Amino acid sequence: MSDILRIDDQNLKSRLFIGTGKFPSKRIVKDVLISCDAHVVTVALRRVDQDSDDENILDYIPKSCLLMPNTSGARNAEEAVRIARLAKSSGCGSWIKIEVISDNKYLLPDNMETIKATEILTKEGFVVLPYMSPDLMAAKRLVDSGAKAIMPLGAPIGSNRGLKTKELVRILINEIEVPVIVDAGIGSPAQAAECMELGCDAVLVNTAVAVAKDPVSMARAFKLAVEAGRLAYLSGLGPVIKKADASSPLTGFLREAQKA
Amino acid sequence: MSFNDILKNYENFDIQKFFASVRPSMIQKAIDSNNVSSDQFLSLLSSSAEPFLEQMARRAHGLTCQYFGKIIQLYTPMYVSNFCENECVYCGFNRTNKIQRKKLSFDEVDREAKFISKTGLKHILLLTGSSRTKSPVKYIKQCVEILKKYFSSISLEIYTLTQDEYREFVACGVDGLTIYQEVYDKDVYGSVHLAGPKADYLFRLDAPERALAEKMRTVNIGVLLGLSNWQKESFLLGLHAQYLQNKFFDAEISISLPRLRPAQGDFKPKCIVQDKEIVQMILAFRIFLPRLGVTLSTRESSEFRENMLPLGITRMSAGSTTQVGGHTAIEDENNITAQFEISDKRDVGEMIEFLEKKGYQPVLKDWMAI
Repeated sequence: MSDILRIDDQNLKSRLFIGTGKFPSKRIVKDVLISCDAHVVTVALRRVDQDSDDENILDYIPKSCLLMPNTSGARNAEEAVRIARLAKSSGCGSWIKIEVISDNKYLLPDNMETIKATEILTKEGFVVLPYMSPDLMAAKRLVDSGAKAIMPLGAPIGSNRGLKTKELVRILINEIEVPVIVDAGIGSPAQAAECMELGCDAVLVNTAVAVAKDPVSMARAFKLAVEAGRLAYLSGLGPVIKKADASSPLTGFLREAQKA
Repeated sequence: MSFNDILKNYENFDIQKFFASVRPSMIQKAIDSNNVSSDQFLSLLSSSAEPFLEQMARRAHGLTCQYFGKIIQLYTPMYVSNFCENECVYCGFNRTNKIQRKKLSFDEVDREAKFISKTGLKHILLLTGSSRTKSPVKYIKQCVEILKKYFSSISLEIYTLTQDEYREFVACGVDGLTIYQEVYDKDVYGSVHLAGPKADYLFRLDAPERALAEKMRTVNIGVLLGLSNWQKESFLLGLHAQYLQNKFFDAEISISLPRLRPAQGDFKPKCIVQDKEIVQMILAFRIFLPRLGVTLSTRESSEFRENMLPLGITRMSAGSTTQVGGHTAIEDENNITAQFEISDKRDVGEMIEFLEKKGYQPVLKDWMAI
């Protein structure tokens, strides 16, 4: 059975997306990406230094990866649009993860500004994957504006709390036709597997890998968890039974009537 | 509303009485809390918190890894002028000090900027003494235009400006402002800022707000340790940072805790803040405001900076000089134009090597003009 995640015109070989912030060195980013066979990799354009020979993070990303720069630092739609254009003009391709955060305390996304930026950038030919708060109407508007996938948060960035927004993400999975990728808050492979079992199309992980004692092994653990979760989803999980079957069924009388 | 409205609540605040009421259980609760109140923050600054330092350090380290990762952003200061109209008793640029005064020509600014940019640094902090006549806004703006050729992020540490002037600088490409109140105690403030524009306490206190109202991206505030009681001063600094974070939700607020060092003139600090105390302060700040940037400058020794690395620091200066044109100057070996003495004299390359060896990623670029 082929189970390939397709976004825009790309067949993605991995459902684990990796973020590159917070790592103790740039070299380790490369080892992490190789160890988990990552395909889509997001990089904050604010950290990309193309003037530098040995400090450019892009040099540590294998050519087989698909680069998805993000607009970290954008406080509104206009800034996100400008960062996206800068990314494109500096040769980072046309995929963009829109991140509009006007709250520096919790780093929660601003859905309204994100929708505006998505609309503008889609018209300019970008493949837009917006980071968002899991709200159904906002998600629908993002899709109407051209988003090729949506990336709801599981919990605040860096919190490692897991899929706290489960009920809302479940609704998005049911109602939104583009891929749903949980981004932010996933702190352990078990939590990543949970997202996949629920029916998410992919997860994006950064902090949990970057601050692990051994980021390279942790990335591998996430890869396995994402694959396991996906396989479980496709295999059709059995229902969770909370109570034993009642010994005197309420509709038992119907069968009694038949016998008589 | 201004931060002064909050400060007023603490004018007659008896901090020793508060400290006497602090119980170990309060401190334990503060360390474990995800939403630390200002009273809890203050309890972390009390002497009763001393036995909890290791626990605080573990918590602060965890929070810093979670929110920032193992990352240190590097920058360097660049002094373009030391003419000054202020009489700040602790400062080498004090107008009454007989030091050699100097202001860089635009060619010299270019040469200095070019020299620094070869280190790979992309963040620069432009400094001048406080003189609207010798280094007017027009001159500084021209300097910014030159720096833009070499750096992706430009911060200012200059005299306090009006809101219109902050707007002009933001439009011109400045994204950061460093402005220290130096000391929040109004009486002490008056006693160390004897003359010049800096003597206006309130105009300085509101400067971060004026800049943030004009969408300045980052603002770094601070107190000069050694001028007054460190516990009360760091408490008020914490409240100021929290106030700015809450009022300007999209801004990045950071703090510096410079300790007074020997400077020209014969000023002696009123008190010496000990290593243990500065550690306690930084831990308390991290636990109180987990997202706060914390800068540790080259006023501190390399050994001290090394030990402080995992405790909550997010930004460090490297290859610093406080001399006008000091990055390219070789003739000024006697430090005769310097503002204060540097303790950690390592250059950018050495700092990068040091951070990498310690398992930290040095970040030379974290913003660009957009």
